[in-house]
Amino acid sequence: MALATKKNKWEQALVIFIMVAGGILVSIPFIWMISSSFKPESEVLSIPPTIIPDNPTLDNYINLFTNMNFAVYLRNTLVIVLFSFLGLLFNAMAGYGFAKYNFRGRDKVFYIVLATMMIPGQVTMIPVYLLLNAMGLTNTMTGIILPGLAVAFSIFLFRQFMTTIPDDLIEAARLDGAGEFYIFFRLVMPIAKPIFAVQGILTFIAGWNSFLWPLIIANDESLYTLSVGLSLLQGQYANNFALQMAGAAFMVVPIIIIFSFFQKYIVEGFTMSGIK
Amino acid sequence: MKLKNRHPYMFISPAVLLLSLFSLIPILIAFFISFTDMNLKGLADWSSVSFVGLENYQSLFADDKFIKSIFNTIFYVIIGVPLVIICSLSIALLLNYGTSKLFTMFRAVYYMPSITNIIAVAVIWGYLYNTEYGLFNYLLSLLTVENVPWLQEPTIAKISLIILAVWKGIGINMIIFLAALQGIPKSYYEAAEMDGANRLQVLFNVTLPLLRYATFFVTVTTLIGWMQFFEEPFVMTDGGPLDGTISIALFIYKEGFQFSEFGYAAAASFVLFAMIILVTMIQFKFRKSDTEY
Repeated sequence: MALATKKNKWEQALVIFIMVAGGILVSIPFIWMISSSFKPESEVLSIPPTIIPDNPTLDNYINLFTNMNFAVYLRNTLVIVLFSFLGLLFNAMAGYGFAKYNFRGRDKVFYIVLATMMIPGQVTMIPVYLLLNAMGLTNTMTGIILPGLAVAFSIFLFRQFMTTIPDDLIEAARLDGAGEFYIFFRLVMPIAKPIFAVQGILTFIAGWNSFLWPLIIANDESLYTLSVGLSLLQGQYANNFALQMAGAAFMVVPIIIIFSFFQKYIVEGFTMSGIK
Repeated sequence: MKLKNRHPYMFISPAVLLLSLFSLIPILIAFFISFTDMNLKGLADWSSVSFVGLENYQSLFADDKFIKSIFNTIFYVIIGVPLVIICSLSIALLLNYGTSKLFTMFRAVYYMPSITNIIAVAVIWGYLYNTEYGLFNYLLSLLTVENVPWLQEPTIAKISLIILAVWKGIGINMIIFLAALQGIPKSYYEAAEMDGANRLQVLFNVTLPLLRYATFFVTVTTLIGWMQFFEEPFVMTDGGPLDGTISIALFIYKEGFQFSEFGYAAAASFVLFAMIILVTMIQFKFRKSDTEY
């Protein structure tokens, strides 16, 4: 046993070394983004480049809001995030419906829901655009929000979790005279807190990052999201890398902060969903 | 009792109706318009749309750009998918080695790229890949390597996009492998150790076989994802240079939303759909033969 632990020390050092080296390699883009975003425009193009800015400045970040409409993009993005939480509630309700009720055609409908996961986004992209166009919803916030509300994978995860809630508990509440929606909001939702946490974080990230659909639907700059605005910035200020990096950092850093607070839940979420 | 039966439908209907409207009905519409010459003119006036039979499908396979996009997509899949699986599995094995705070911290570091916004990623990597001012060429110049045209030469550009996509794709698969690794009972390792198996033997005879299900899951989802390779070429190269990085998904987007050839694009999307179904079915078939382990 003594021999084994001695060997393990070297092994452990090697594993940690590779892990740290790989981790640094993976983080280079992030480090470079943060460092460049604080550089003045002249320094960002200087060769050899500096890792820590010589003359750190906040001008790039200020520019985002004064020369670009990042305040508007931020507001639109937050509106999308807000409504995607309404979608999350719909998905949770559907998950509960499939998990805890027996009704005619339940399994069939559930399989259809699962089947929609296999349809590639490229196939539905064009007809959904045509549909929204026929409804007069192109170039509106509603048109951007509506198609992303229901997520089959999310319904699936909610259902998986909610089947584990004991029937007796719900039955007991019914005998006490509780209504079905009262049971859902007051009994089921608190029990399902962990899955709501995971889905909430993932929903936030997806909403915050939403790009393609806003790009297709929105013609007016007043409807652009942060991602669309950032790609616009890349086109307009092609050589102002400092400004580009500030824009990127403005999008990435909030997600990193939220993620580092909640990463435990995300990892648990995968174990919970039974993908093992 | 009758009244109670209404409730399940009240719970499922919002999500199910939205899904039908934006997932199921569209697939029927897409199938229908793939046999028509639906374009911008048809959008304003439906009566100008006419049925063209299989014409869209025929002209697709005579379209050099489409053939090129198929070739590029195969290139992305063949190089990218194995790379993602090998990298994410290796990192998962590394992270599974210890349980200290350091390992948890690095788990977050490796996961980070996968939740990062694709546009931000493209902007950052565009700067890193920049021929004159980019960090990569600067670092290579220290090794006296001449400037690499990261995004200006078709084959190098494809590889550059793959590097970026692998970097972004590792996180989620690594987590799945990690969850699977943590599900392997300790007693298996103890038994192998008692039998005198060395590290490599344990890896190949205990760990990897037990990761079979996770590997299958990761392979299927990664393959489907890479067949729809879209955002990376879309934001970094717009399919160029000389259509060298255009993928099938990007081809569909361009035909649909840049040239407004909705019928043609819908036909292309069904070709992609058919390819995805075919590849997925082959994998499931392939798997069945070795389920009895």
